[in-house]
Amino acid sequence: MEFPILSTMILLPLVAGVAVLFQSAASARWTALVTTLALLGMGIALWAGFDPDGARWQYVEHVSLGAGGIMPAWALGIDGIALLLIVLSTFLMPICIGASWRSIEKRVPEYMSAFLLMEALMIGVFAAQDLLLFYIFFEGGLIPMYLIIGIWGGADRIKAAYKFFLYTLAGSVLMLIAMLYMVISAETTSIPELMEADFPAGVQWWLWLAFFASFAVKMPMWPVHTWLPDAHVQAPTAGSVILAGVLLKMGGYGFVRFSLPMFPDASAEFVPLVFVLSGIAVVYTSLVALVQKDMKKLIAYSSVAHMAFVTFGLFAFNRQGIEGALVVMLSHGLVSGALFLCVGVIYDRLHTREIARYGGLADNMPIYATLFLLFTMASIGLPGTSGFVGEFLSLVGTYEMSSWAAVVATTGIILGAAYMLFLYWRVCYGTQRNADAAAMPDLDMREIWLLVPIALVVLWMGIYPESFLEVMRNDVGYLLERIEHSAPQGDAHLGAAAAAEGAGE
Amino acid sequence: MQTSIILIVFLPLLAAIVAGLGGRIIGKFASKLVTTGALFLSCILSWPIFIGFLTGAETETVVPVLDWIRSGDMVVDWALRVDTLTAVMLVVVTTVSSLVHLYSWGYMEEDPSQPRFFSYLSLFTFAMLMLVTADSLVQMFFGWEGVGLASYLLIGFWYHKPSANAAAMKAFVVNRVGDFGFSLGIFGVFLVFGTVSIPAILEAAPGAVGTEIGFAGMRVDTLTLLCLLLFVGAMGKSAQLGLHTWLPDAMEGPTPVSALIHAATMVTAGVFMVCRLSPLFDAAPGALEVVTYVGAATALFAATVGTVQNDIKRVIAYSTCSQLGYMFFAAGVGAYGAAMFHLFTHAFFKALLFLGAGSVIHAMHHEQDMRYYGALRKEIPLTFWAMIFGTLAITGVGIIGIFGFAGFYSKDAIIESAYAAAVMGGGNVSAGFAFAIALIAALLTSFYSWRLIFLTFYGKARWASSEHVQHALHGHHEDESEVVADHDSADDHPVAVREGTGGYHPHESPWSMLVPLGALTIGAIFAGYAFYYPFFGTEEGAAFWAGSLVHNAELVEAAHHVPLWVKLSPALVMLIGLGIAYNNYIRKPKNPAKFVAMFGGLHTFLMHKWYFDELYNLIFVKPAMWIGRIFWKRGDEQTIDRFGPHGAATAVGWGNRLTARLQSGYLYSYALVMLLGLIAAASWAYWWAR
Repeated sequence: MEFPILSTMILLPLVAGVAVLFQSAASARWTALVTTLALLGMGIALWAGFDPDGARWQYVEHVSLGAGGIMPAWALGIDGIALLLIVLSTFLMPICIGASWRSIEKRVPEYMSAFLLMEALMIGVFAAQDLLLFYIFFEGGLIPMYLIIGIWGGADRIKAAYKFFLYTLAGSVLMLIAMLYMVISAETTSIPELMEADFPAGVQWWLWLAFFASFAVKMPMWPVHTWLPDAHVQAPTAGSVILAGVLLKMGGYGFVRFSLPMFPDASAEFVPLVFVLSGIAVVYTSLVALVQKDMKKLIAYSSVAHMAFVTFGLFAFNRQGIEGALVVMLSHGLVSGALFLCVGVIYDRLHTREIARYGGLADNMPIYATLFLLFTMASIGLPGTSGFVGEFLSLVGTYEMSSWAAVVATTGIILGAAYMLFLYWRVCYGTQRNADAAAMPDLDMREIWLLVPIALVVLWMGIYPESFLEVMRNDVGYLLERIEHSAPQGDAHLGAAAAAEGAGE
Repeated sequence: MQTSIILIVFLPLLAAIVAGLGGRIIGKFASKLVTTGALFLSCILSWPIFIGFLTGAETETVVPVLDWIRSGDMVVDWALRVDTLTAVMLVVVTTVSSLVHLYSWGYMEEDPSQPRFFSYLSLFTFAMLMLVTADSLVQMFFGWEGVGLASYLLIGFWYHKPSANAAAMKAFVVNRVGDFGFSLGIFGVFLVFGTVSIPAILEAAPGAVGTEIGFAGMRVDTLTLLCLLLFVGAMGKSAQLGLHTWLPDAMEGPTPVSALIHAATMVTAGVFMVCRLSPLFDAAPGALEVVTYVGAATALFAATVGTVQNDIKRVIAYSTCSQLGYMFFAAGVGAYGAAMFHLFTHAFFKALLFLGAGSVIHAMHHEQDMRYYGALRKEIPLTFWAMIFGTLAITGVGIIGIFGFAGFYSKDAIIESAYAAAVMGGGNVSAGFAFAIALIAALLTSFYSWRLIFLTFYGKARWASSEHVQHALHGHHEDESEVVADHDSADDHPVAVREGTGGYHPHESPWSMLVPLGALTIGAIFAGYAFYYPFFGTEEGAAFWAGSLVHNAELVEAAHHVPLWVKLSPALVMLIGLGIAYNNYIRKPKNPAKFVAMFGGLHTFLMHKWYFDELYNLIFVKPAMWIGRIFWKRGDEQTIDRFGPHGAATAVGWGNRLTARLQSGYLYSYALVMLLGLIAAASWAYWWAR
């Protein structure tokens, strides 16, 4: 039997998470850092050992939890999409620990424990091949996040934690009921088997809606997005990084793993709904971001707008759209994570997120200003950064499905530039108005080590995205095979067909 | 040639990285040396390639670099493509850029952030070279956005000035409006042709003639739609009417930047794009008509505004905008060679004018308002002569058949092409319109160009009341970056101008600034004369362009044989413009004030640049902010939250109690309950399901 690397990656942080509870603050930090770095090493090993042209599911583990009937199992396995999300999680986690090194002073062991628990659950979500397992990991992820916001958050943390909890819970109840139904009717809890199950069209409709309720909240899509700005604002820096970097990706992952392959007919039918909500999200949240006075809130709203590119791309029903959406997920995980770290850096120094308190930081913090500029540009989607590749592909795909949707979605590149550059201007440019902001020192080595690795990956993904696209290519192919027959006709297609005929003559 | 191409493009990038990231370590001098050296090397390598294409020794070459994006049929590679069209751009970009690098040694000498400045300049050059060597629309977009970034960074280089930051952001966002169209154009091209490779698109373009495509609920002609979407991008980058508002504000950047980016290279990217895609545009006559009208309208609009500006850089900025209009309508009437020719000559004389203006500004201690100039002819004679040659070139002075300055050949080629297109094949209304506008704009060009010369170099010295000069005299020697413009030169209120030197002695610029002026002067004098036939000859043109753009031999031939009055009219209107300027600024310097008093309304309208900024502010900027606030406060907070989470909580009535309990420290127990409940719910569900 092969070494059960996925189980190890789930159990190791769990064990470490319990262990740190009995340690001092200092050793808890080191234990957490070493554990997360070890997991990053395993994540890289996972990637190195993954064969893009090999079996669809790799690193498969299956331990039956009982005999007879429909029996849940400890079933793990990953495809390329899950692999990349796991690598993203393991990459961000040591950075989160590093970001909390000094800024968290109370209940350090508990804090580190919550993060390790979170990592276990995140890896579990992406590796689970059993519906029950998935559900527990998926909803379980709420608990550490809830604690992180509720205990180590800002002044208004209780309200934010409560809002976060209420929203996500409301969504997941419906999903649980739908899962129940699926297990009964398909007589299996195996996710790969369910992905091939053909539910009747009428049933798909209801199941799709139930799953949508959960994923739309996690995504988050307009209008169920209002928990996100509050949660981000109140969460400690590292909490925001994980929230934006990984938790928001669970919604998109859910669409790829469940809604699209399991209910292709219903997905096709709901394209107009998804496109309308995504279109509203792009315009609405971008405009809201434009008028924010709190840095974290601004970036939180920008996340909602970026996630709309994911839903646009996924429901475009074509390769460019889906691959683009997946790259947006990865890129946004890195870029918004980095942007929250950038906010954290100056928050640690001045203890305010109010944009107007800063200004002219390019003078006293040139390294910071340079890195912040890079991430700002990546967020805007400048070619050469990761932001462009995903946004471009998902918009190309969207255009193939609906030129209307593409027109609305593409306004995002104008509005995105407006709110991000406005933010950058007010923070880094201009004259220094406040003595305390002007006296802030530039990044120290610890902070450079947090931001530079992300910067390098952002550029790598922008210049040579093939490393990432190659891994997911076959999986997107399988998904397309599954959904192609129900793909709706795009509004611009007729002309294209005529053009092809014209070219043939 | 392959190695040269790689070096030409990547040396500037390398230099930018070294100076940008290592500037603090290697210091000012080394940063300047590395970047300037890299650029001169690029330039030296570029000219042989261009000459190779002139003599026919070189042919189209594509150097593959790296895979980029692969997603199904969407295949994009990093590759450098060099053909005649690119070779022209290579020499323009590297020549002007290397000279501007050198010039900046003098101009930026007192600036504390020189490594940053030179790094940005080199980064810009790299992005521009990526743009012109693009083999696919997506790589072109990479260069397109890269130059946009560099332009943003350089306009806002003096980031302490609020006006510089505002201008930088405005430039980026307005360009993004253009990119909105460009992006949709790329998406549409991919949908129709299934590729974004430029040669493949151009080959397939004729096959799409006459087809229709759905767009936003309408059925429209495929090629017209695609070309117009792409053209919106060109309009943004090349500051055409409607999307021009960022260019005058971009003058907030240091003057070498204005010369390089906002005159010679980046702003011509739109023209380059239309020429690069000329087979596509040529197959869409409807789109070409729009290009013609927009170009002509811009040429006129910008020329009218240029006549009343007081800021020396703004006059030249509007002049650039206007000349770009010429290039566009040249392309619009089908004379792509003429458009590229004007782009080529314009790069030299406009860079010369800007750098000359920079030399004046340098001499006048950062004063940019021409109302405080006058009589500088004798003080800075070398700059004066450079500016004179630049003006002779832009106004198109020359004698048919003997010799003319650069603009004489290229502008006349455009005007004659417009006339030829207007009368050819049953008549082309848009070309006729463009021809008429071209003559009026040429008159205005001559007027504002000579007005600039007369106000700056002739008349009596009016330096005494300039605050910048005052600063210089009283020893408030401030760093350039600290100087915040106190008076708005676009202000139409008359200022009290005292005559006299105030005891100030302007100084001629150092050699590092004069050498580039000299080199560009040579270009402004001979670029037209030397390259007329390759660019715009009937047969020579076909051989030179070698299919890299659409060379319409019939039109070029017709343009060579227009009636004599057409050939003479540009010279005539040029003389009229000169005459008016001479009369009002040399002979009767009181006249302009009288004119303002008499036609106050018109003057105000022009001073406010036709009220575009005010209008955009009213219909775009303010509503965006206002709607944003409404969505946030009324939408998120008062509607969604009220009926969502808060509503749910109050309805059930346990929200407050829950909150209270959490606050009293039950958080852990609550989380534990959550966890147990979760596992219980899931398990129960499964057991029940069995």
